Amino acid sequence: MKSLAELKAIREKMQNQVGLRAEDHNHTRVVVGMATCGIAAGARPVLTKLSQEVQERGLTDKVAVTQTGCIGLCQFEPIVEVMVPGEPKVTYIRMDAEKAVEVVNRHLIGGHVVEEYTLSSTDMK
Amino acid sequence: MPELSLNVLDVTENSTRAGAKLVSIRVTADHGSDTLTIQIEDDGCGMTKEQVEQVTDPFFTTRTTRKVGLGIPFYKYAAESTGGSFSIVSEVGKGTTVMAVFGLSHIDRMPLGDISSTIHTLVVYHPETDFVYTYQVDDREFTLDTRELREILEGVPFSEPEVSQYIMEFLTENKSEVDQGVVL
Repeated sequence: MKSLAELKAIREKMQNQVGLRAEDHNHTRVVVGMATCGIAAGARPVLTKLSQEVQERGLTDKVAVTQTGCIGLCQFEPIVEVMVPGEPKVTYIRMDAEKAVEVVNRHLIGGHVVEEYTLSSTDMK
Repeated sequence: MPELSLNVLDVTENSTRAGAKLVSIRVTADHGSDTLTIQIEDDGCGMTKEQVEQVTDPFFTTRTTRKVGLGIPFYKYAAESTGGSFSIVSEVGKGTTVMAVFGLSHIDRMPLGDISSTIHTLVVYHPETDFVYTYQVDDREFTLDTRELREILEGVPFSEPEVSQYIMEFLTENKSEVDQGVVL
């Protein structure tokens, strides 16, 4: 069995580094819809992937990945909303883990919205 | 929902939205009685008797975005279609317990799926809620209690990459020791 002793070692290493984070309102927020509709459509792997990429690419000082309930556009789930401070909100629809990586690379790092995955690229009928 | 662990995620998301401070999740596979039991107990705001009666009705929902709520009806059907049972016990101000029993070897039982990812997602993204998760197969079990983790971490958040990774490893490694790699 994996023990909690390992966690103590991590705590000791981490403790000095915490608290150096940027203020929350300067963060880019990445929000994944996690109600029944989102979960059933595959939101869990999208959230896991986004969080993993943000960590691996060293973006945790700038980007906060969080989750929310039903956004009200269930037919477009999994939905990911990206809110960069001072810019209009971008809503990505029908996401999967691969598209999530692309959004991290092109939008969060590159600064360009991945237009083809956005809600505004579809005809809302 | 293609796997039961997603139902667990869905039901427990409701617990956190009900303001629960502590959620206990217990997954028990018992080959003797040929059952898989999933019990989710929270200390959230609870429901009235009328709400409990309505909650398995797909055309009842508390959400305002739409007129259908399929989370609980799906889950109930998933249990009952395997010869199992489903119950919700709730009291306003005290909390809610959702219990689902499945026929373990029943052909229609959905696989449990990636339960470790479900628990990891819940723990890391709901820092304001404590979770006690127990995974049991016959007489072997392990428990993850976030109150214990919090005590050790002394303010270091679960979302710290190394802590988050440790929690995932704790869940997957202990799970495989308990079920010895058998897919439930």
